[in-house]
Amino acid sequence: MSSMTLKEPRSFFTKDTKSKGEPYVWFTGMGLVLGIFMIVSLLTLIFVKGFEVFWPDRVMLAELREGSPGAAGASRFLAGSIVMRQEKPVRDLTAPHDADTTELQLFVGNKDVYGFAYRFVDSSDILGRTYPQELMRIERLEYGDAMGKAAGLRVKGQAYLPASDPAFRASLERLVHDAEKRWKEIRRIEKSEIGRINRTMEKIRLKKKSLQASGEADVSERAAALDAQSSELQEKYEGLAREAARLRSMQKDSALDYETYTGEKKSLPAGEIVGFYYPNELYLPQRIAFLIGKIISFLTAEPREANTEGGVFPAIFGTFVMTVMMSVAVTPFGVLAAIYLREYAKQGFMVRAVRIAVNNLAGVPSIVFGVFGVGFFVYFVGASIDQLFFKEALPTPTFGTGGVLWASLTLALLTVPVVIVATEEALAAVPRGMREGSLACGASKWETIARIVLPASAPGILTGLILAMARGASEVAPLMLVGVVKLAPSLPIDGEAPFFHFERKFMHLGFHIYDLGFQSPDSEAAKPMVFATTLLLITLVVVLNLGAIFIREKLRKKYATGAF
Amino acid sequence: MKGDDMEQTLEREKALRGGVPSRKMTVMSSSEKESEQVKGESLAPLIRVADYSFFYGASQTLFNVNLEMYENKVTAIIGPSGCGKSTLLRNINRMNDLVDGISHRGDILIHGQSIYDPHLEVTELRKRIGMVFQKSNPFPKTIYENVVYSLRVAGINNRTVLDEAVESSLRSAALWEEVKDRLEESALGLSGGQMQRLCIARAIANRPEILLMDEPCSALDPIATAKIEELIYQLKKDFTIVIVTHNMQQAARVSDYTAFFYMGKLIEIGETKKIFMSPSVKQTEEYITGRFG
Repeated sequence: MSSMTLKEPRSFFTKDTKSKGEPYVWFTGMGLVLGIFMIVSLLTLIFVKGFEVFWPDRVMLAELREGSPGAAGASRFLAGSIVMRQEKPVRDLTAPHDADTTELQLFVGNKDVYGFAYRFVDSSDILGRTYPQELMRIERLEYGDAMGKAAGLRVKGQAYLPASDPAFRASLERLVHDAEKRWKEIRRIEKSEIGRINRTMEKIRLKKKSLQASGEADVSERAAALDAQSSELQEKYEGLAREAARLRSMQKDSALDYETYTGEKKSLPAGEIVGFYYPNELYLPQRIAFLIGKIISFLTAEPREANTEGGVFPAIFGTFVMTVMMSVAVTPFGVLAAIYLREYAKQGFMVRAVRIAVNNLAGVPSIVFGVFGVGFFVYFVGASIDQLFFKEALPTPTFGTGGVLWASLTLALLTVPVVIVATEEALAAVPRGMREGSLACGASKWETIARIVLPASAPGILTGLILAMARGASEVAPLMLVGVVKLAPSLPIDGEAPFFHFERKFMHLGFHIYDLGFQSPDSEAAKPMVFATTLLLITLVVVLNLGAIFIREKLRKKYATGAF
Repeated sequence: MKGDDMEQTLEREKALRGGVPSRKMTVMSSSEKESEQVKGESLAPLIRVADYSFFYGASQTLFNVNLEMYENKVTAIIGPSGCGKSTLLRNINRMNDLVDGISHRGDILIHGQSIYDPHLEVTELRKRIGMVFQKSNPFPKTIYENVVYSLRVAGINNRTVLDEAVESSLRSAALWEEVKDRLEESALGLSGGQMQRLCIARAIANRPEILLMDEPCSALDPIATAKIEELIYQLKKDFTIVIVTHNMQQAARVSDYTAFFYMGKLIEIGETKKIFMSPSVKQTEEYITGRFG
C-alpha cells in the first residue's frame, strides 16, 4: 500500500468530446418524440373532425360573381356552411399575381334540389357574405339537410300559418314532435307486432312442413288446425298493416313550405322532418346544448339513409355484445391453457414448441382467422347444428350462416395467444415462496393454483384480457366473413324470447367505418360520419381499457404483491 | 470415506446415548437449563433419518445422514452455506418434490413410518408438518385468511372453529395483541417481523406435530429475532421443532439438540450444550469457534 504513489488527480472536466454529455439521450428521445407526435396528431385530427360533425356551424349566404362556376343554377346567391378552405389545385395563370387563390368547400344541403350537397366556390367569386338570422336548417329523413327560408305551415283543417306569425315556431315544433311520436308508433307496429306475427307464421309454416315430411298417416286434421291459426294471424296482420298505413298517411297531412336561397319553392311533409334550427341566431350555450343533443342522438338512434345519417346505436351494441362474448369465450380457454403450460407441463422441447406456436398464432393475419371461421364454424359447426336442430327451416340456414356467435368465437381464437402469453407471464411472476407456503400448509397443487396463484396473478391476467379486448373490438377483416352486416334488422339481444339471438347477424363500429367510407353511395356525405364513428370507436376502446385498468388497480391493491 | 462416516455415526450414537441424566425437572427457566436434563428415559425419536442421501440430478448434496429428532424438543441444524442443512429440512416434508431431477437413497421416518411410502399422501404429510420459510411469505389475503389457510385447505369452514384457530394461533405466535383489530386487513401491510410471526401462526394453525423452520430470522432485525426466539421456546411445549440456522448464537439459545453439517455430511449431533462446550469432532469445534464457515 505504502509503496503505491497516488497519481495526479484527474480533472472531471474532461475535454474529451466522446464523454461529453449524453448524446444518445437525444437519439433515443427522438424515437419517442416521433411516436408521440404521430399519436397526438392522429387523435387531434379524429377529435376535431369528429366533433365538427355535430357542431351547429353558422351558415353563410354568399353573393356570387356573375357566371361563377360555383353557383347552383341561375341564382347568384348560395347559402352554405364552410367546411374547408384550401388552395385551388389548378391555378388560373391569367389571374393577377395578388389574386385570392383559395377556394371554399361549402355544405349547401338541398340535395333534392341541386343534386349535390357540397360545393366548391372560389373565394374570389364571393362578392358579399351575410348571415341571415331567419335561415333555417332542416334535418330530413331523406336527402340530407335542407337550408332555406321558411315560408309557412300548412296544417290540415287549419288556416295557413305564415312564417312571420309568432306562433309559427311553436307550431312547427309541435308538428315535428307529433310526427316523431307517430314514427315510433309505426315502428312499434311494423317491427315488433307485425314482426312477431311473421315469426309465429313462419313457425307454423315449418311445423306444417315437418308434419308433411313426417309421413304419418292422418295429418290432415292437424294441418287444418295449423291453417286456421295461420289465417287468423293473417287477419290480425292485415289489421295492423292498415293501422300502420293510416299513420303513414297522417305523416303527410301537414307540410312546411320553404324557399331555398337560390329561389326554389319547396314543400316538406311534417313527417319527413327530423328537426330544424336557425344556425345563425344561436348563442354559444345554445350551440353547446345542440352539440350535446346531437351526440346523444348519434349514440342512441338507428342509422338512416345508407348509414350516412342518424345514429350508430346498433353498431355500438353489436360491438359491445361481440366483445363481451369474445371475452367470455377467450378467458377460460386462454387461462386454462396457460395454467397447464406454466404449472403442469414438464418444461421441455414440446412446451417450448407449443409456446412458439402460440406466439406465432398472434402474428397470423386476421383475415386468415376469418376464413377459418367461415370454413369451420359457419360451414361445419353451424351447418351441423342446422341439420340437427333446425332441419325444418332448411335450406334457409339458422346457424349455418354468419352470426354474432361465430364472429365472437373467431375473434376468441384470434386473441387467445394474447391471453395465454399474458397469463403465463403473470403466473410466472407469482413468487415461488408463496407457492411453497401454500404447499407446506398441505394444499395440493390445484388448491395452490386456485387459492393463491390465480388471485395473485389476476391483475396480470386482466392486463392480457384488456389487450385481447382492445384487439378484438377493433378488428374488422375477419368479421366481414363471419357475420357482420351493413344494416342489421334487429339486435342480437332484445326483448323477444329467448332474448339472446346469437345466430343473428350484427353491426360493428369498425365495419361501419369501412362501410361508410368506402361503400357509401355518397362518400362526401358520409365523411363526417366516418370521423364521428372513428372517434366513437377510439373512445369505446379507451373506455374499455380504462375500465379494465381501474379493476386491475383495485385488484392490485387487494393482492399487493408488487409483481406487476 | 465410508469408514469415516461409520466411525462418526458410532461416535454420535455414543454421544446421544451416553451420559443421560434421567431426572425430570420441575422448573424450566431457560433452554440451556432444560437441555441439561433432557432425554427422559423413554425419549422415542419422532423423526428418524436413516442412512439418507440426496441428489440434485448428478450432484449429491447429502451423504448417508443418520440422525434422530425427539418429540417436543428443538433440534437446530447448523453448518456453513451449502452444507445441505436446508436440503435435509425441506425433505422432511418433501418440499423438494417440486424440484425436477431429484433422487434419494435411504429413508426418513416419522413415527416409524416412511415419508416415501407410496401409499402416503404427500398433502396429508404436509398437513401434519408446519413449515416456516427463510423469507416470510404471507399470502396476498387478509391476516385472518392467512392464518386459517391450512384449515380451509383441510376443508374446515366452520366460522367458530376458524375464529378459535385464528386467536389461538396468533396468540401462540405472539401476534394477537398487535393485529386483533385488523384481522380483515391485508397481511402485506404488516412489518417484516410481524409477517414472519404471521407465517408461524399459519404454520401452527392446524396443530401440526412438527414445525420446520428454515432460517426464520435471517431477514429480521435483532428485536424481531428475539421475539421469534422467545416464541420458539414457547412453541416447543406443543411442537417438535427443527430449525435451520446459520447463526450459532441462535442455535445455542433456542435448541436442545444441535446437528452440525459440513459438505453434505452430518459431522456431529448432540445436546446443544455439549456441542458448543465440548464438541467431540475437531471440525465442529473449528466451525463454532469461527475458524471457518
